[in-house]
Amino acid sequence: MITIREVSKWFGTFQVLKRCSTEVAKGEVVVVCGPSGSGKSTLIKCANGLEPFQEGTITVDGISVGDRRTDLPKLRARIGMVFQHFELFPHLTVTRNLTLAQMKVLGRSERESAGKGMLLLERVGLQEQARKYPGELSGGQQQRVAIARALAMDPIAMLFDEPTSALDPEMINEVLDVMVALAKEGMTMMVVTHEMGFARKVAHRVVFMDRGEIVEDAPTAEFFGKPRSERAQIFLSKILQH
Amino acid sequence: MNYNWNWAIFFEISPDAVHSYLQTLLIGTGWTLATALSAWAVALVFGSIIGVIRTTPFPWLIRLGTGYVELFRNIPLLVQMFLWYFVLPELMPDEIGIWIKELPSASFYTAVVALGFYTSARVAEQVRAGILSLPRGQRLAALALGLTLPQAYYHALLPMAYRIILPPLTSEFLNIIKNSAVALTIGLMELTARARAMQEFSFQVFEAFTAATLIYIVINIVVTYAMRRVERRVAVPGYIGAAPQAAAH
Amino acid sequence: MFSNFDFDVIIRSLPYLFLDGMTFTLMLTALATVGGILFGTLLALMRLSGVGPLTLFAAGYVNLMRSVPLVLMIFWFYFLVPYIGQWITAASRPIQVGAFVSSLVTFTLFEAAYFAEIMRAGIQSIPRGQEAAAQALGMTYSQTMGYIVLPQAFRNMVPVLLTQTIILFQDTSLVYVLSVTDFLGAASKVAQRDGRLVEMYLFAALVYFLISLAASHLVRRLQARIAIIR
Repeated sequence: MITIREVSKWFGTFQVLKRCSTEVAKGEVVVVCGPSGSGKSTLIKCANGLEPFQEGTITVDGISVGDRRTDLPKLRARIGMVFQHFELFPHLTVTRNLTLAQMKVLGRSERESAGKGMLLLERVGLQEQARKYPGELSGGQQQRVAIARALAMDPIAMLFDEPTSALDPEMINEVLDVMVALAKEGMTMMVVTHEMGFARKVAHRVVFMDRGEIVEDAPTAEFFGKPRSERAQIFLSKILQH
Repeated sequence: MNYNWNWAIFFEISPDAVHSYLQTLLIGTGWTLATALSAWAVALVFGSIIGVIRTTPFPWLIRLGTGYVELFRNIPLLVQMFLWYFVLPELMPDEIGIWIKELPSASFYTAVVALGFYTSARVAEQVRAGILSLPRGQRLAALALGLTLPQAYYHALLPMAYRIILPPLTSEFLNIIKNSAVALTIGLMELTARARAMQEFSFQVFEAFTAATLIYIVINIVVTYAMRRVERRVAVPGYIGAAPQAAAH
Repeated sequence: MFSNFDFDVIIRSLPYLFLDGMTFTLMLTALATVGGILFGTLLALMRLSGVGPLTLFAAGYVNLMRSVPLVLMIFWFYFLVPYIGQWITAASRPIQVGAFVSSLVTFTLFEAAYFAEIMRAGIQSIPRGQEAAAQALGMTYSQTMGYIVLPQAFRNMVPVLLTQTIILFQDTSLVYVLSVTDFLGAASKVAQRDGRLVEMYLFAALVYFLISLAASHLVRRLQARIAIIR
C-alpha cells in the first residue's frame, strides 16, 4: 500500500533522512519509533506529501507522491493523518470539523456528511460533543475527534504522528483504545509513537530510526525479543524502563 | 488672555449662507467618515491579499508582497496623496488625465485611493502576522484532509487569523479616521478642514478646534466600544485572545 | 509619458531642497524625538506610579493625543503656543512664535504620547525582581528607576523607539499645512514656481522612500544583533 524507497531529504545542508526504505502492506500496522531528531515525524509527513523530499520514491496505492504531476489534494483525501497536537479547527464545531472536508473535497451533501460524522463520533464515544467547540474539549477528546475527522474521508490508510505525545497520562489510553480497535478492523496504519504497549498489541512490524536512517525493520515479536542492532537495544532499554 | 470667547458662534450662519457653523462641522464629519470607511474597504481587500500571499510558499509572490509593503510604508501619506492627486493625472494619456482632473469630488476619490493603499500595507503586515501566529499544524491538517491551498486559507487559516488580529485592525481603522484629515491638503472638506475654515472666517479659533477635537474623541470612543462588542461576539469558545484554554473535564 | 521629464529642475533645486528643506526636516525630527522620548518617559512613569491624579493625567493625555489627527494638533498648537507664551512670560499680548517653534512643540507633545506607550511597555517588561533587588539594597524610587529600571527598559526598546522615529520623520511632512519649508515644502515651492509638479513630487517621494528604507533596514540589523547578544 505504502512503499518508501531510498528516500533522502535535506534541510539546507543538513540531511534529515538518509536513504530510507520500508513498506506498509494493506492491512498492516507498522510502528515507527526512535529517539527525537531521528527523522520519524519527517518521514511520515513525506508519505502524504506534506514534506517534500529530494531523492527516492514514495508510492501510495500505486500513485507516486513525489511526482510533480500527481494531484496531491486528491491523494491526501484518501490518506488520513492524525497530528501530535490534534489540530482541530478551533473556530468550527466538532460536527463542522468532521463535515468540512467531506463536503468541500469529496463533494458529499451536508446531510450525508453530518450523518457520517455522527456515526464516527459514536464509534469514538463522543456523540454528546457534536455541537461543542474544540476549545471546550479535553486533549484526549480532541484527539479522538481528530481521528474521526480523518476517518470521515474513508481513507485507504491512516498515518499517525505521535498521537499521544501531547496528552496527559490519564487520557492516553482512551486514544490508544480507538487506535487498537481501528487496527483490529484491518486498517492500514503507519504510526510514529513511543507507546510500546500499543506496538506489542497490534503492530505487525516495528521500524526503528536513528539519526535519519532506518536502523531496524522487523516483525514485532522479533524486535522486542531480540533486536539485532545495538542502537535499537539501547533505545528499548531506555524506553521500557518506566 | 486677549481672546474673545464666543461659544454661540456655532449657531451663527457660515459664509455659505445656508448652514450654521455647527452644521458645516457635521457635514465635514460626514465626509471624514465616508472617506474613512471607503478607504478601509480598499485597505482590507488589498491588505488581505498581500498579507496572504506573503505567507504562501512561493518566493516570487513573497517578494512581490514585500515590495508592495515597503513601497507604501516608506513614503509619507501626504506625499502619496500628492502623487495620486497631482502626478498620476499627468502620467496618464491626455483624455484620462483630463477626465480625472474634472471629476466632481476628485479629492474624495483621490483621498480614498491614497489612504486605502497606504493603509493596506499596514493591514497586510497584520494579516501576515496573524496567519504566522497560528500553529504550523493547522495548515498541515487542512492540507492533509485534501483541501487545496486556497481552501485551507479560506476555511481553516483566515477565520482564526482575523479573530486574532481584531485589536490591531481596530487600531488601524482608528488611524484611517485620523489620517483622513491629511486629505485637506488636496481639497477634501472633511472635519479638520471645516474647523480650519471656521477658524479662518470667524476668528473663533479655539471654539472651532475644540469642537473638532471633541467630535474626533467621540468617534474614537464609539468605534472602540463597537469593536469590543464585535470581538466578544466572534470569540471562539475555549479561546481567550489566541491562546487555547485548558478545558474543564 | 516621460518624454519631457525635466531632470534639470531637480538638479538646480538640490541645494535648496537639502540645505533648506531637509535640514529643517532632520532638525525637527531629531529635536522632537529627544523631547518626545523625555516627556514620554515621564508620562510612562506617571502612568505606572499608582498615584491617582498622575495616572489619570498621563492616561488622559496619551488617549487624547492618540484620538486626534496630527494635522489638527498642528493647527491647535500653531494658535495656542503664542497664548501659552504670553501666559508664561506674563506679557500683554500673545508672543509671536515662528512656525518652527510651534511645530517643534506640536511634534514633541504629540509623539510623546506614542513614546509613552513604548516606554510603558518597556518598563513593564523589566522583571519585578529587579526593582525588588534595588529596593532591598536601600535605593530610593528615583535611584531604582534611574540606575536599574530605565537603562534596561531603554536598551530593550531601542529598535521600537527608532522605528517610531522613522514614523516621526515621515510625519514631519505634515508641516506643509503651515506652509513651512521642510523638505516636502521646499519641493512643493519649487514645483509650483516652475510648474514642475511631476518631477518634484516624484523626487520628493523617492528621497523619503530611500531614507526611510535605509533607516528601517539599519534598525532591523540592529535588532538582529541585539537578539544575538541576548
